[in-house]
Amino acid sequence: MSALDARVGETRLITPVIREVSLMPVNGTLPAFSAGSHVQLHLPNGKRNAYSLLSDPGDTSHYRIAVRQQAQSRGGSRYVHEQLQTGDQLKISSPANLFPLHSTARLHVLIAAGIGITPFLAYCTELLRRGAAFELHYAYRAGLSDAYVEVLREQLGEHLHLYESSARRLDLGQLLGHRPLGTHVYACGPQSLLDALREQSLALGWPAARVHWEAFAAPEPGVPFVVELARSGRQVAVGAEQSLLEALESAGVELPNLCRGGVCGQCRTPYLKGDVEHRDLFLAHEERASSLMPCVSRGCGSPILLDI
Amino acid sequence: MTLIFKPAETYRDDFSFRNSPAAIARFPFPFPEDAYMYSVNIEPAVSRDPGSVFEHSFDVDEHYLSEMAERARVLERDPERCLVMPHMAQAAWDLLEMLMEHLAGDYPQHFLLERNGTAWRWQNLAMGIDQSFTFGDADSLPCEPLEYITRQMQGDFALLDQRDGDLFMDAGMVTCPADWSLRFDAGMSFKQWHSPVPMANQMGIFERALKFLLNIQVGHPVRRLNWTLTINPRLDTSPETFHEWGSDRGSVTPDNVGSLVHLRVELQHMARLPRSNAVLFSIRTYLISMEELVSNPAWGRRLHRVLRDLPDAIADYKGMTRYRQTLVDWLRQFDPEA
Repeated sequence: MSALDARVGETRLITPVIREVSLMPVNGTLPAFSAGSHVQLHLPNGKRNAYSLLSDPGDTSHYRIAVRQQAQSRGGSRYVHEQLQTGDQLKISSPANLFPLHSTARLHVLIAAGIGITPFLAYCTELLRRGAAFELHYAYRAGLSDAYVEVLREQLGEHLHLYESSARRLDLGQLLGHRPLGTHVYACGPQSLLDALREQSLALGWPAARVHWEAFAAPEPGVPFVVELARSGRQVAVGAEQSLLEALESAGVELPNLCRGGVCGQCRTPYLKGDVEHRDLFLAHEERASSLMPCVSRGCGSPILLDI
Repeated sequence: MTLIFKPAETYRDDFSFRNSPAAIARFPFPFPEDAYMYSVNIEPAVSRDPGSVFEHSFDVDEHYLSEMAERARVLERDPERCLVMPHMAQAAWDLLEMLMEHLAGDYPQHFLLERNGTAWRWQNLAMGIDQSFTFGDADSLPCEPLEYITRQMQGDFALLDQRDGDLFMDAGMVTCPADWSLRFDAGMSFKQWHSPVPMANQMGIFERALKFLLNIQVGHPVRRLNWTLTINPRLDTSPETFHEWGSDRGSVTPDNVGSLVHLRVELQHMARLPRSNAVLFSIRTYLISMEELVSNPAWGRRLHRVLRDLPDAIADYKGMTRYRQTLVDWLRQFDPEA
């Protein structure tokens, strides 16, 4: 996977838990991207996390991302909050899009909760540029995850619907009901929101092809474990705060990957034996007997023998 | 390698198209073995072999001016060979940007691009074009952006919209197709527009190819070769003009087979377009007569074996059934062991 060189531009704390970071090209410009794209940040501590690009997709002079400090951080978000400095150089992946706008939608209904607003900031810029019909429904906590409320109010006018958690509940049933043909709904937020969306849209008869979602894709820590590579006989140790994918990369084993959060399926790896705690959202139940997603899943008992 | 454009040649009527020895030497002969079967023969489109058709993403060769004149002629008769559905407007700009960047970077003696924000100036010295325009503003160009740039680039171009886990043929410029029609395929999904291809679907080829194409990432284009045969050096073998060329297949004789029959090779290049998330599928077509081809003894020998042993269904799909035996008989003289 080729990576781009980037320099950290302005970083600013926009709520007590959210830091926005600008990424500048080291020379020339950055590639253009489509709304909904993300990049992977290759942090100096060996962590690689994927973050949605929130800046104007047409602007190749810089990218912007926003990182929420995670209580359960494995060192990625903590590094961005505590150590990353303006002027630092790091590698980022080329933008990739696992959450694109649907080109033939007649009406786009966007639902964001908390830091799940980030892909929709790029969406809104793009949809305004196209003059498309859309609504943004944004649920947040005042003073904590309300980073972009003011900007959006100014930019979106009546496209914007706000749900401050103590004042107004986001009612998915109401929001999804009585929508015209050709409506697509997109959601980004915690798993509880995505589960509710799937349940409600199914109950209301929405075709699955018109319901799009992006999970907060990030590995979570666990206990250390060891894997063996069947073809070379090598052993690779995985630390508590490391993902199996990161441990393999540190050992010089590169696997294709995009989301690094158990969603896209790119890093699917066959295994021959061992106890696996599957943490992905990609593999079907029967596929889990012989495949695992090293970006999120971990060993949890007898040693894993990877078929690579 | 210095690129020199040949004087105007024709791909119709008197068929004056010929390859120079240098063009024959760089012809992308598509057979790695003595037998042919479908495969997903895709490789990363990285630059290799300076001077070859694989050096640049978008190859310009000695036939450039003739091919652009041929495209203009086809469009004059049938403007609908270029099609851009409304939701593909952004992908059209993506293509314009990609082609201008590559041409200006790879052939700076013929193409120049100056950019200042959205104020762009494009010079195509080969065609005498000097155009200032605003990137993103279609009214600042003489015509729609996909049409504008592909009137200046050899080969056909299809832009595929990615949605619903599939690809849809929603825009393109197709004036030199190997018997397929953009107008007919417009709006179709990947498997729908491939449905005429025999055998490959049952082999699972399209399943794998689609999955692969859906995952093409920005900055990581891929390419493959495909091939067929064409009577006369005719670029526009489209269904729309079948009445003009279909009967040529009956005109092949042992005496004219060497000059009449051409191997037609498509260098297909697939790339992710960054702004629109669409997939570019470009098809750069190379023609070589049998007489030109057998000037390379290894090619003559191998082509004989490939065509002799080709499954009938594939030969039929490629439209060579009527003259296949005549051609194989003629090629046999170049295969000493046959």
